[in-house]
This record gives sequence, structure tokens and C-alpha cells, in this order.
Amino acid sequence: MALEKPYQDVPGTTIFDAEQSRKGYWLNQFCMSLMKAENRARFKADEAAYLDGWPMTGAQRAAVRARDLNECIRLGGNIYFLAKLGATDGRSFQQMAGSMTGMTETEYREMMLRGGRSIEGNRFVGEDGDAQAHRQPQGAAGKTSDKEV
Amino acid sequence: MARVTASVYTSHVPAIGAALDQGKSDEPYWRPLFRGYDFSKSWLAGQRPDVVFLVYNDHATAFSLDLIPTFAIGMGERFDPADEGWGPRPVPPVFGHPGLAAHIAQSVVQQDFDLTLVNRMDVDHGLTVPLSLMCAGPQGADPAWPFKVIPFAVNVVQYPVPSGRRCFQLGQALRRAVETFDEDLDVQIWGTGGMSHQLQGPRAGLINREWDNAWMDQLIADPAACSRVPHIDYVREAGSEGIELVMWLIARGAMADVAGGAAPQVAHRFYHVPCSNTAVGHLILEDT
Repeated sequence: MALEKPYQDVPGTTIFDAEQSRKGYWLNQFCMSLMKAENRARFKADEAAYLDGWPMTGAQRAAVRARDLNECIRLGGNIYFLAKLGATDGRSFQQMAGSMTGMTETEYREMMLRGGRSIEGNRFVGEDGDAQAHRQPQGAAGKTSDKEV
Repeated sequence: MARVTASVYTSHVPAIGAALDQGKSDEPYWRPLFRGYDFSKSWLAGQRPDVVFLVYNDHATAFSLDLIPTFAIGMGERFDPADEGWGPRPVPPVFGHPGLAAHIAQSVVQQDFDLTLVNRMDVDHGLTVPLSLMCAGPQGADPAWPFKVIPFAVNVVQYPVPSGRRCFQLGQALRRAVETFDEDLDVQIWGTGGMSHQLQGPRAGLINREWDNAWMDQLIADPAACSRVPHIDYVREAGSEGIELVMWLIARGAMADVAGGAAPQVAHRFYHVPCSNTAVGHLILEDT
């Protein structure tokens, strides 16, 4: 019997279940290593060399180098592990969370000051809320990076 | 004999710790949040509990993917603040109560809850932020937290996480355990985490004020019904990280009314948006 996943119809959301955890095992364990100051220093000095010490996939390494947290999560990462990478870069949880929406830091912060993202239209895949796939990216940050690509 | 005197519920957002540690608590962004805990600080100073049984979740700090205990009880003498990547918080270590912890473990395991016993672990913001919010010290002259703390970590990071119902039952077993401990101790149970928040993906920043407040109403008035809320409702309505709220049900299950006594008195209730990515909820319930 397959793993029961009643949460797959929630838009813009990846649940860190056993399957994701298995995919992301080394990615997440690499992140854990950054809880030691000396490892943070080694990583910052030469990211590629440090990442080579971990049996991660090429796609996982590339996502880490790009600080693409959505991609890291798709490849099995979990935000509480990835937060160690963010902390190494001196970034807050708000900066990390905002980076996954396509908004600039200011746009995301202002959304939170207005009371946060609304639940309306964001409960089920197929509604029309701002977290739905057809409405990405949400802000100026995402649009800029599209142009650069 | 030991007794449960009250339960406290609060979010444990890491940015709160950072704001305090960097002296930002009087800034306009933070002032309304800390003001919501002014009552709580004086209330707690008046209560003077001997031990706080502090239910929180470890955020990939003490437990990596190598070992994921569903329920872990801190048995040791001392637990140090963890380095979560930003350096350890400049707050005092937590001193445990090995005697009461051993008794609770014995009693609760015999009541069919399979706890993991932890003698050595560092504690992260999930545990230290609630202490900072509730205690007037230890900033300044008093270098220690004013009571013993038994850390109790619940896995709400990797699925499967325990159901609200299981947490609620565990709280009931916990009350029975405390009440059979020989020492004369006042014990508070704290349930932390939540409320609505999502830290990942295009739905990051989700806040659901209406759902949070309805859930708090039900937690107070009809905790058994609240304990039957399925996981998917938390995820859908309160965001992927809103699932932390199941931990509040451990504290609620330990109150007297669930064991056939009188309904608790709501000493304090507070709700504030935003705190970083999160809706902050806070309750104090006293056994009457």
C-alpha cells in the first residue's frame, strides 16, 4: 500500500513526509553540519569543495549553490534544515520564506504587516488564490529573475 | 504531593528571541507583541512554579534525520541553548528536574506512551523563546531561569507526526503522573508553537486569524472536540507549520476538567499578527 497523502491538494505546499525525507537525507544532513561554526567557515571559504564532501545529487548541489529554496524543498529539503544554510548567509526566516514567493523582501514584509497571506482561494489546488501555480511568481523579485534568464 | 496548577500556551517564533537578544523589544514593530506578555510576566512571578514541563518541538537541532523520536523527555540535570546556525542565544542554560522527569517517564510509559528518554541534548528556540516571553528575568541581575524545566520535545517536523488526539491523551497521562509524585511541587504545563504560519513554497506567509481564534475558543471550551481536528485541517487552514498546534493539546489535556474537575479559568488571552511569518497566540489557563 502506498503512503497515504491527503495533503497533496494544498496549493504551494510540500509536506515533509517519509518519502521527501528519504530523497533529501544528505541535503538535510549537510545543512545540519552548518550548526558548527568551523563548518560554516569551511563552507563559506569554498562552497563547491565543501558540498563535494556530501553524497548529494548534482541537482541538490546546484539548488544549494543557487539558494533556490523551492527547488531544495522539491528535492527533499525541509525548511528547518535549510534554515541552517540561511543562517550561514545571515538571513532570517522571514527573508528565507519570502524568497520562495517571488516577492522582494519589502513586498513580503508588507504583506505580513497587512495581516499575512489570505487563506481565500488558497485552500485547494484549482482555486484562484495568490499561492496557486498559475499566479506565480507573485512579485517583482520573481519577475526580475525571469528577465535575467 | 505534586500538583498541576496551570497551563500556558504560546507561539515560539525564533525572531522573538532575536529581537530580545538584539535589544529591539521597544521598536514599533515589536512593542505590541511584547506588551501582550506584560500580564504573563507578573502572573508567572506571582505563581512561582517549582517546575515547568515545557512541551515544544525541536527544529532539526538536537535531532537530525538520524533519529526522530515522536515524544522525547529530557531527563538530565542541565540543557544548554543550541547553536542553530546564528550562534547560541545569550540566555542561561535550563536546569532540569531529573527526579520528577524519571517519575513521569515511569508513569507515562506504564500508561502506554512510548517516550524516548534523553539525557543529553541542546534546546533550541522552541524552548528558550517561551521562557524569554514569560520570565521577567533572567536579563540583568538574575542569571538563571526562576524554576526547573523538563523539556518535552514532540516531532512535528517529519511526518508522520502524532495526532491531536494522541497529544490530548498524553496530557491526561501526564497529569496522573504529576499527581502521584511524592514531593510537594507546583508544576505548570506549557504547550508551545503555532499559530497559523507557513514557512515554505508559494503559500509562505499564510495567516488565518479567523481559524486560529475559533480553534483557541474550542481548545478552551471543548478540548476533546478540538483534539479530533485532523492533521489536514491544520495544514490546509493554518499552514504547513501550523501543525505545531497539536502540542497545545498536551498542556490542555493535563487540566483538571479533563479529569472530571472544574473548568479552568482563562487568566489571559492574546493574539497578534504579524510576528515575522507567524500569528502569535497566547493563553493562560488556571485550574480553579
